[in-house]
Amino acid sequence: MSWLGPEEWQAVALSLKVASWATLLSLPFAIWVAHLLARRDFPGKQVVNGLVHLPLILPPVVTGYLLLLTFGGTAHLGALLTNLGLPLAFRWTGAALAAAIMGFPLMVRAIRLSIEAVDTHLEAAAATLGASRLQVFATVTLPLALPGIIAGAILGFAKAMGEFGATITFVANIPGETRTLPSAIYSFLQVPGGETAAVRLVVISIIIAMGALIASELLARRVSKRMEGA
Amino acid sequence: MTQPALSVQLTGQRNGFLLDVRFDAPPGLTVLFGASGSGKTSVVNAVAGLDQHATGRIALGGHVLMDSATNLHLPTQDRRIGYIFQDARLFPHMNVRRNLDYARRIARAPLDTTEWNRVIDMLGIGHLLDRRTANLSGGEKQRVAIGRALLAKPRLILADEPLAALDEARKQEILPYFERLRDEGDIPVLYVTHAASEVARLATTVVALDQGGVVKQGTAADVLSDPSFIPGDVRSVGAVIEAYVVTHHEDGLTELEAGGIPLHLPRIARDPGTRLRVRIAAQDVILSRDKPKGLSALNCLPGKVDQVHLGDGPGAVLSIKTPAGRILARVTKRSVKAMSLTEGVQLHAIIKTVAVAPGDVGGPKD
Repeated sequence: MSWLGPEEWQAVALSLKVASWATLLSLPFAIWVAHLLARRDFPGKQVVNGLVHLPLILPPVVTGYLLLLTFGGTAHLGALLTNLGLPLAFRWTGAALAAAIMGFPLMVRAIRLSIEAVDTHLEAAAATLGASRLQVFATVTLPLALPGIIAGAILGFAKAMGEFGATITFVANIPGETRTLPSAIYSFLQVPGGETAAVRLVVISIIIAMGALIASELLARRVSKRMEGA
Repeated sequence: MTQPALSVQLTGQRNGFLLDVRFDAPPGLTVLFGASGSGKTSVVNAVAGLDQHATGRIALGGHVLMDSATNLHLPTQDRRIGYIFQDARLFPHMNVRRNLDYARRIARAPLDTTEWNRVIDMLGIGHLLDRRTANLSGGEKQRVAIGRALLAKPRLILADEPLAALDEARKQEILPYFERLRDEGDIPVLYVTHAASEVARLATTVVALDQGGVVKQGTAADVLSDPSFIPGDVRSVGAVIEAYVVTHHEDGLTELEAGGIPLHLPRIARDPGTRLRVRIAAQDVILSRDKPKGLSALNCLPGKVDQVHLGDGPGAVLSIKTPAGRILARVTKRSVKAMSLTEGVQLHAIIKTVAVAPGDVGGPKD
């Protein structure tokens, strides 16, 4: 893309990488938590529910700072992960973690709703046919909740693409490492004459967001058509 | 009696009422009969393992499914119960073939082609295999659901009001399959219903429930010909007699014989010689002390009053011993008095031919 400068292109590529990893890694966990909240009663359910939603209501800067305290180079957990070869602070991996945490509540909400919409009678029928809990989940609940899971994943991806506050607090704004799309737009706006580059990135942001939305809509429609047995 | 096919003992507080249900079911088809709120659903859920907090003991042949004394509650998936639900509950994201094959795929068992073909032929669903479940009619859905339960190789078939959601024509479509399950299979069937006509056609054994307890238990003929047993609606009272097809007449009637007495019914599509069970609704029986003459009704059974049960309202139910078996008649208390109908009185029971609906005639009992 000749009309994009190398710096801008770098930011776009990095954002896609960060958001993809954030979505892929948090999706199974989000499905598990959503299923737990939708189908199980356990002590402390409200606490779990609150914790999941916390990133949605906390100022992103606070979330970023908490991440820095937990995973920073001097923190125990951060040091441990660095020794294991997975440093997070001021790395793109940290940006992915921040993006995943910020998108998590949105994912869980969408997936939980779609799991709650699955008829428990069908799950009971599967159990009478010999399916264990895990098999019921894999063969009945999961496929029937798929449209909602796709929607949740896209929502999480879009949130990850746009995450700014927690990311910049946790991993700063290092070109090529942690300067994602929003950070790049912010940086270009800070320097004189950077406005045209910022506008180009804004246009790209809009295209990616719209593309994701349309893709999820089409996918969900195709899946739900299949589910209804049409 | 040898070891019962199914043995149920359930006690305790369930959903706001006291449950005390104990029965042993012999092989064949056992109908659990009662109005809603009688405790049927509690029994079904306990047998299927969907209620993991039931108290009591349930055994299937030699297998104990549940025993709260030893805190044993086998999970649903290990009970091998072929559950046929009222609403079919086919998986909407699978076609008919995958629905039928679900239990085998879950168990990772090899395909038993002989059994597969037998079930599909019996239910006549071969042409539906590649169809989506949403496009099936109600009757087709229920046939597929029966097939899916059978192909799971169950030790018990549990049918919970399987016809309640179907219209009359669809009911007639499905009923014969349950008759075949009863007559061909060696799998015991526990069949839940509140419809007396289904009891009459299907039951080998009847367990009648009311307010959480067993009020009557026995063969269908015994339970249904007890005049003191009013199953919910008094209009559904009726006994069952056994008959066999003699011949079909040109005017559309079928001649049966029951205990040496000829009976004429609207055409029944069965070959001469076939044994049938026929339900005679008590309200369709007219009693006469003299042998009637000049009457349009074609069926007249001589008999003797066996029991008189006076109801709370204006009606009474009498059981009449006839050569064809015991039948019930519902008349007014006034007639009982006017005709001095007491035990031992000889009379004639008249049954109007067209009153016997196709749904009241079923296949052989055993």
